[in-house]
Formats: sequence, C-alpha cells, structure tokens
Amino acid sequence: MIARAREPLIFEHSRPGRAARAQWPAASAEDERSAEHIPPALLRRRPAALPELSELDVVRHYTRLSQLNFSIDTHFYPLGSCTMKYNPKACNAAALLPEFLARHPLSPPELSQGFLACVYELQEMLKAITGMRGVALSPLAGAHGEFAGVAMIRAYHRSRGDPTRNEILVPQAAHGTNPATATMCGCVAREIPVDADGDVDLSALRAALGPRTAGIMLTNPSTLGVFERRIEEVARLVHAAGGLLYYDGANLNAILGKVRPGDMGFDVMHVNLHKTFSTPHGGGGPGAGPVGVAQRLLPFLPLPIVGRDGGPASAEGGGESESDDRGESDDRGEGQSVRYRWLDERDLPQSIGRLAGFGGNAGVLLRAYVYLRLLGREGLQRVAEFATLNANYLSARLQQVGYDAAYPRRRASHEFILTLRRQAQELGVTAMDVAKRLLDLGFHAPTTYFPLLISECLLIEPTETESKETLDAFVTAMTRILQEAREDPERLQRAPYTLPVRRLDDVHAARELDLAYRERRPQESSDAAAS
Amino acid sequence: MPFIPHTADDVRDMLATLGAPDIEALFEEIPPHLRVQELDAIGRGLSEFEVMQLMRARARADGTPLCFLGAGAYEHHIPAAVWSTITRGEFYSAYTPYQAEASQGTLQTIYEFQSMMASLTGMEVSNASLYDGASALAEACLMAVRANRRARGTHIRIARSVHPHYRQVALTTAAGQGLTFEELPFDRASGRTLLPDGAGGTRDAGSAHGAGDISAVVIQQPNFFGVLEDVDAVTDWAHASGALLVAVVNPISLGVLKPPGEWGAAGADIVVGEGQPLGCPLSSGGPYFGFMTTRLQHVRQMPGRIVGRTVDLEGRPGFTLTLQAREQHIRRARATSNICTNQGLLMMAGTVYLALMGAQGLERVAQISRARTAQLVRALTAIPGVRRAFSAPLFHEAALMLDRPVAAVLRALAARGIVGGLDLSTLYPQLGAALLICATETKTSQDIRRYAAALDEVLRAPPAAGDAP
Repeated sequence: MIARAREPLIFEHSRPGRAARAQWPAASAEDERSAEHIPPALLRRRPAALPELSELDVVRHYTRLSQLNFSIDTHFYPLGSCTMKYNPKACNAAALLPEFLARHPLSPPELSQGFLACVYELQEMLKAITGMRGVALSPLAGAHGEFAGVAMIRAYHRSRGDPTRNEILVPQAAHGTNPATATMCGCVAREIPVDADGDVDLSALRAALGPRTAGIMLTNPSTLGVFERRIEEVARLVHAAGGLLYYDGANLNAILGKVRPGDMGFDVMHVNLHKTFSTPHGGGGPGAGPVGVAQRLLPFLPLPIVGRDGGPASAEGGGESESDDRGESDDRGEGQSVRYRWLDERDLPQSIGRLAGFGGNAGVLLRAYVYLRLLGREGLQRVAEFATLNANYLSARLQQVGYDAAYPRRRASHEFILTLRRQAQELGVTAMDVAKRLLDLGFHAPTTYFPLLISECLLIEPTETESKETLDAFVTAMTRILQEAREDPERLQRAPYTLPVRRLDDVHAARELDLAYRERRPQESSDAAAS
Repeated sequence: MPFIPHTADDVRDMLATLGAPDIEALFEEIPPHLRVQELDAIGRGLSEFEVMQLMRARARADGTPLCFLGAGAYEHHIPAAVWSTITRGEFYSAYTPYQAEASQGTLQTIYEFQSMMASLTGMEVSNASLYDGASALAEACLMAVRANRRARGTHIRIARSVHPHYRQVALTTAAGQGLTFEELPFDRASGRTLLPDGAGGTRDAGSAHGAGDISAVVIQQPNFFGVLEDVDAVTDWAHASGALLVAVVNPISLGVLKPPGEWGAAGADIVVGEGQPLGCPLSSGGPYFGFMTTRLQHVRQMPGRIVGRTVDLEGRPGFTLTLQAREQHIRRARATSNICTNQGLLMMAGTVYLALMGAQGLERVAQISRARTAQLVRALTAIPGVRRAFSAPLFHEAALMLDRPVAAVLRALAARGIVGGLDLSTLYPQLGAALLICATETKTSQDIRRYAAALDEVLRAPPAAGDAP
C-alpha cells in the first residue's frame, strides 16, 4: 500500500538561512580574484525563489513523495499500450557505470570505442528484430521517432519529384501521436475506419488512397489488441497507390521474435525502447524511439548514426554477429581492426537532419542493449509468447466472471479491451469508476477511454513479467468490483477511498489555473502584473 | 527464463483455461509464411554477471579523461542525494501520471519543478519538460508562430551564436510546417550578435523580411562561444519588430545572470534550455531534459505536459495533469505538438538538484565555474600561439584561436588523456582555427595546470606539413 499522508510542498519546508552546504562547491582563494567583470545590467537583481533546506529535508521530502506513487516495482500496472513490464536492475547498474556517465557526448572517437560498440551492436540487433535495413537511435521518444519516420516519408516523395503527397492515413483507433505527428510534419491526417472485427476496412482504405497519399501509419497488433490479419493486402494497396507504410512500434512486444514489421511490408518504423525493451518509464520518460527503415529510405535516416570501419564486411539486416556468444573475447578482437565513429552529413547527405542536441538518450540505449544481451535469442521470443499467454488468460478469466470483451471472437495479442457499455447502461458505473476502484484494491488502473471508438473501455496489458498469482489476484479484485457495481454503484462512483487524495477535480484544475507556487510576498505581485 | 515467472504448472493451467494446446496456438492469426525463421544476429542470453563483465570492460575502454568540453553539455558535481532519491523504484518505474490519485508523488514533484523553473527564468508558467534543449528550441519556434498573432508570416530570426545543433534541430523540426529561418550574424571582434538597426553594433546586410513579418527572434545567453550577449537590446529590438523573443539559457547561469523575464523593457516571451547541468550526468548525450517557461497568456500554446494544483471531492488539495486539451491524446491532429513521453526522471533530478543547492548554492556553482574558466583562459593564452577569439565578457566557456588546425591538436591532447574542447572550424569555418573550451567547478587549478602543460607541449612541436592555419 502507498502512503496516505499529504506531504507539504518543498517550499513549505524552507527556512531562511538553512542550506545543504556540503553540496556546494568550495571556492579557492584564486577564484575570488579571477572572475571577469560582468556588466551590472546583465546581473540577477533578486535571487530565484528556491527553497532553503538541509540535505535531510530534501531526501525525506522526495522519499515521502515517492511513497505516494504506484510503480512497477510496487504494483501490478496493466496499463494498455504502455508495456509496463519489469525493468531489470542490471540494465540500470550498467548504464550508471562511472565511465559511461562521465563521457561527454562530443568526446573524440578514440576515447569512445567502448560506448560506440554497444550502440552499434544495438543498431544491428534492432535491425535483425524488426527486419529493417537501417536503424538510427537518436529520436528521444516514440513520438520523436514518429516525427523522424514521417519526415523521411516526405523526403522520399520529394526526392522523387512527387512533393504534393501530404496525406497520412491513420486508422480510427490510432494513438493520438500518429495524427499529431502528421500535422507536425506539415501533412494532413485522414482517418480510416475499422470493421466489426477490428481489422482495417479495406474498401474505405481503397477509397482513401490516391495521388495525395504519402503513407499510412499502423500498429500491428493494432490498438484494439488484435493482429491485423490482412496486413499484406493493406501493404499491397498502399504501395500500389505510391504510399509508404509506417509501423508504430508501441505494440512490438506482442510479436517480438515472431513476426517482423519489415516482413509485413512496412517501410519505416519506430521502436519504443521504454516499452518493448524494458527501459524504465521514469514517471513520464526518458524514452527512446529509434527508427528503422527499409532499403529505399536508408539515405534519409536522421543523424547521427554510429558507423563501423573495418571488421567483417557489413552484412545488411544485422546478419553479422561479432558480439555473440564470445563473451569478452570480442572486445579484444574489435580493438585491433574495427573502429566505430559517428556518421554525419558527409556520409548521409540526404538525411532529414538532426533531431536531438546530441546522439540520443544514450543511457536509455545502454539499458536496452543490456536487456537484449540478458535475454538473448530465445529469451526474446519468449517475451511475445508469455505476454500473449498472460493477456489471453486474463481476458478469458475476466469474461468468465462477467465482463464483456470488445472483440470476443478474436484472439487477444499482448493486450485486450473490455467494454463496460452494459454496466454503464444498467448500473450507471463507468470505466473510470472501475479504474479508480482498482486503485483502492492495490492495482494500477488499465488504460481508460482509449481507443476512443470503444465506449467505456479498459485497455489491459499484463506483460510477460507478471505471474499467474498476480493475474488471479487481479481477477479477484475485478470480480469484487463487479459485485459492488450491482450492490452499491455509488461506492464505485466515489472511489478511490484509500489513496492520498480522493477523486480529483480536473475541471477546477483547468478553470482555476494554479501552475506554480508563489510565496505570498507583496513584491511578487508586481511580477505577475508585468505580463 | 529471464524475467518470466511462469512454472510448467502455470503454463498448463493457463492453456487449459484457454482451451489451447500450446502457446504457439495463440499466434494462429498471424499468416504462417510471415513468421520469423531465424534471429541469428542475436546471440545467446548472458547471465547478469557476464553482462556486467562485458559492460565494465566496455566502460573501462573509454576511461575517464580530463574533460574541458562544454558546448551544450556541462560536467557539474551532482550531489549523491539526487540519484539515490530519483532512482527509487516508485519514481523510476512509474508511468506518466495519467491516474492522478495513484501518482501524487510524481505530480507534486512536477509542480515543484514548474515553480522553480518559473522563478529561475523570471516567467510565470513552465511545462513538465521536453526532450532536450535543442528540441525545446524547435518547439519554442513552432509555439511562437502560433502565439504571435501580430506577425504575418512564419519567419524566425535566429542568432548565429545559438548552438549550431540547436539551429539544425529547429530547422529539421519546423521546416515541415513551413517555418523559415534567417540568421543574425555576430560581431567578429566581440562575439556578440549584431542587430539590423545597429543597436548591437554595425548594420546587418539587408534582410528579405521587414518588421511585422518576423514571428520570433532567438538569442542564446551565454551564447555558444560563452560570450554574454546584450540581451536587453536584442529583446527590445525583437519587440519593436513585432516579434516574440525566445531565450535559450543555461539554467546554472541564472544563479548569477538576469532572468529572461527581466530582459529589456518587457522581458522574453518564451524561455527554453538544456536542463542537463541541473543534476544530470554527461552520459554521452542523454537522457537530459529540455525545459520551457513562458507567460501565462501563452500557456495554451505551450507543448508538453503541465501539472496544476486542484482539489479532490473532499476539497483537499491535490495535483493533476491539466490543460490536456492542448495535447495529442485529446486533440489528435490539432494538438500543439506530438510529444507524449518526455524526460520525467531527469526533470526530477533537476528538481532535487535545485532543492539541494538553493539560490545561493546555484550562484556559487555559477561563480566558481566562471572563475575556473577565467583561470583556464589565462593559463592557455599565456602559451605562445594561443589567444582569445572574442573580447566580450564570458560566462564559463571561451573560444580561443590557435596557430594551427585544431583537430590535430585535439588528437594529441586526447592521446594525453585530455578532452581539450571542441573544434569550431567545422561549425564556424569563417573563424579559422578556433577552439571552444569550458571549465566548471569540477576543474581544479591542478587540472588547469595539467591542461596548460599538455597544450604547451603539443604546440611546441612544429605544425605538421600542410598544417598552417
């Protein structure tokens, strides 16, 4: 259970004159003399309103705040589409090795071979897993990867003298980032309906395709938790119309080692390392959204990319395996003949360009690399198997106890959707009520009200790292909630009861904007008025 | 099986519940000919011990050279309490706080972060972080075009003394929406930005865009060369031109320097920057966090998550994501940005760092970094063939001119275990053999002497044939 006591704001703990002085740098006598003069007009006149605290104050405050959170380490977190699987601690330990932490992003290559070897091998492994011909690791999150992907699609059409293609098709149930990405790239998003069984409506797709089609963005398995069975037909139609296929990697966990986006006909994709490859979500990031491309998009990959000079002839598609099975010996071997370096505009003159200040979320890349080395080939395939087993088992059990699946005739992938349409009509209990009540019972809620086209839905993704006991306990909680819905619906409508706060007023938050703490001091009000 | 808890009995029971003969049967909807045949590029799984051996060897291979490189990523001391706090599983392994009641720890931390950043930059509101400083600038340019309803076009004037990578990222990101960029040159003597009307120096060559066409002016303080810009003049010129002023700042410098909210007569409109100096290790370029603050009047144009304080159904205070109608999961194609996942954990490192340092601690870090850079500049310019590139006052970086190509000098320093700075000659060919250096509070006088001795030794050797500058 999480803590229930409210924790004051850090500013309320502040006392004038208190400080964590051991953390301050020590000035030398020389420092006092040596600083250059700064024109007074450029100087700060009043200190920033930061709190004044001891180290213990700070540690205790943020430790207490941490105890107000649900997390994977403390709770089952079946948040659909987010793949909240266990984040192995070794991945973190390796990424936090002091030499990796101290390495400056612009360090010369001769002082970077160890780091670059890891990143290069990650690129190669992701190529093999996705069936793509090239991978760039610099996009900093999934949506950032989407941006890179759609920008590459546009660059491809432009390079062929076909610049008017600016329509991006997205299924009705797509993640919000898909249409938002299309807009950000200067394209127009056009929605395609799905049929009663959750597959893309092919006649609607045919009608939408045309000379303006730049491409289509799909997840497979889709956001409806089912595999798009006619994916090859979709690919054939889109390609025939001159468009390209973008694979949104949010649901890659479901097919890891089973089927590859490249083999399904996709031309470009991103991978969410913070989902499929188990790097932590950190309460909203960091993520990493590497992009993979098929042959025809290779020239447009974003920079920088890690390249390798020397060593075995570069086999495309990750066919080489110099790092495999050989443990440490490969490092000694590499030192002799192989040299890694960052590729830049001279190597890739048609690149869409740079998307991040440096080479990507390196610490996240290292965590994903370690995760992949821990899993290995067999471990990788078991991810999809057990994620799918857990989802299907949980779906079957929840239907047994009285919940309705949105697609009862379909096999679930790594996630599935329940709809509370019936309970909402008969009992006045909504998906949100069930979600909030689950929090009381010690489970993080599934994703609610997404995808939008299923009314009163819960999108549930248990992941492969959860045990049967945990799933059974979740079923017990859901059974109790259904019983409460019948006997005492108001109890659900007012949940949660046992958390640090009761249900929060989102309307109040948006109407009475309070976005920053302001100490009530008379001189502060003039700041606010200045705008 | 790594990270999979199922026993053979579990699997049997679960399959029985499903009426499936084996796990393979669960993949029956995937066309068989699409199934993966081999994954030879992936080796066998390693044990945790084997992986750690491998990673330690790789880390050791790169060593821990003495680093005088800044250029957008700065080595500062990180108090031990920062990472021991934020890597607690409850922070580290939580998701974006959509379920507010189960995420009050993350949400309150974001609210505290927003409060600190608003005060530090002299603005009113902050978001909960963007990817990094460069992408934050790209978002600021897009936001400025949305927010500036007075400007007719989608044109941005950006100082050439803004980090070159930031300018590239802004271009890559904003080009799709038709934004155009034109650079403001810098004065070769002082290193400061030149304004078209002569406010900052000589007159800029004629621009195709006049007043009223420009959506925003972008300036960096301190600029990429470490030089302090005349931010008041630039801000007033931007506003007189009908443009918004976008400030790119180093948060550490705000312990000493005037916050952008007080620049010129009316202050900056949007402030962005790289949060890395606040408690985030160099870590090969990330994860870091971008920050963005602005005026309340522009908050609905701001990208990214924002946390607000509200009340629960018993009237007690609590925190929740707010103004979500700006965001992609609600507004879809009409969202302010496609950003979803941001850099939450690093934002948290920044918050704990600022809480520990306080305003006084931050000022000390800034002042001592400045002093160490001044010492470094003095030590290096005492070497024959080395001089300062620019005359204007510096913060904690400096551009130096060498008497020979910089690349070879940096290679020679690297061989001596020193990362000697950044070769500016590829990014700014017009400067010639220029080197960008940085020292923070982590560089002692002994470190500085070591660098000066090594550079002296390297430069005593005659330049290689064809190496004349």
